[in-house]
Amino acid sequence: MAELNTGGDGGGKGGKVRSKKMNPAVDLTAMVDLAFLLITFFMLTTSLSKPQSMPLAMPDKSDKEINEPDDKTKIPEERLMTILIGKDNTLLWYVGKFEEPKIEPAQSEFGKEGIRKILLEQIARAKALSKRDGKPDEGLIVNIKASDKASYRNLVDILDEMAITHPQLYAIGDITEPEVKLLEEKGLL
Amino acid sequence: MAKVKVSKKSTRIDMTAMCDVAFLLLSFFIMSATAKQPEPHPVDTPASTVLDKLPEEVATITVGDKRAFFNIPGKEVKIETLKRISQEYNMSFTESEYEAFGNMQGFGVPLNQLKGLLALEASERNAGDIQKGIPFDTINDQLSSWVTQAREASKAVLEERIRDGEDVQFKDLDIAIKGDADEDYPTIKRVIDILQDQNKNRFFLVTGLRNEDF
Repeated sequence: MAELNTGGDGGGKGGKVRSKKMNPAVDLTAMVDLAFLLITFFMLTTSLSKPQSMPLAMPDKSDKEINEPDDKTKIPEERLMTILIGKDNTLLWYVGKFEEPKIEPAQSEFGKEGIRKILLEQIARAKALSKRDGKPDEGLIVNIKASDKASYRNLVDILDEMAITHPQLYAIGDITEPEVKLLEEKGLL
Repeated sequence: MAKVKVSKKSTRIDMTAMCDVAFLLLSFFIMSATAKQPEPHPVDTPASTVLDKLPEEVATITVGDKRAFFNIPGKEVKIETLKRISQEYNMSFTESEYEAFGNMQGFGVPLNQLKGLLALEASERNAGDIQKGIPFDTINDQLSSWVTQAREASKAVLEERIRDGEDVQFKDLDIAIKGDADEDYPTIKRVIDILQDQNKNRFFLVTGLRNEDF
């Protein structure tokens, strides 16, 4: 131990004058405390301040048709799902064309029990369909259309669902007039 | 009778080694840490489950309360961007204003107020409501100019570094959108449209970590 015994070994004879030995050990407890406090602080701040990010690829503006990933191939309507985001975290989904949907518009909600279940069902259904058509690589295509009342959080939540459920393709599209009307009718706008 | 002697051990522990280790770690963390830069407009980003990290060199467009702020990475690129902007808008800046801009993190003022902002002390710039945001509507789209010029400037700076024989990969400037979770969609859509209009189709959305069971 870094401590010297300076205990009086007195009782010596002759009363010799001894130079008093100072204790050279410094109490490091406080210093170590401080050092570890600072370490904790720096560890927490460095690891937490790095933000997460979500990469987003938007379709090229030059080809306006978002529903067609490339100009030549038409997507079967059964595999095109559209999600409309309304006000106050509400959403509406349908499959197929708006005018003649394969599955009628239905309301749903965000989260595990809501849209995720539907997405997984639709992805499985689309996979089966494309397998039947001899294109096993293809699957569900999701078109996300947010209304003006939607918040940015809603958009990120839906993109998050896409990251979780992995449909073949997804894109953010512009909402159309009849779709806005439908949302209004359902009281979601 | 011989007594069993209980040897008296000292209760003190030698902390020298512990202290050494603690300070070694401390210096490591201080050196590797990047200080959190003060932002002109702090926003509450939405949460997501995606765990990708944001790239190091990234220009950030912060959107909150219908205001847009822009941050360009790197001092060189910043100064180069301002030079290009001054050409585009026929404004001249002094040498010290370029220097001040190079040291400034993120800003959000219309161009005609930029000189005033640069004249302020660094600590005063983020106070209160001095920064009203960069205009980004269709009539006065300064944000679009900033993004274009920052990409051009980044390209020029990178090309110069490659010419000087530095081992750097050439890439287009990455853009990240840091939006407030409660921001309404049309505002974000407008920013995305600005990026798409200049063929910047791949970008990042800054999100927080979602910790609840989603």
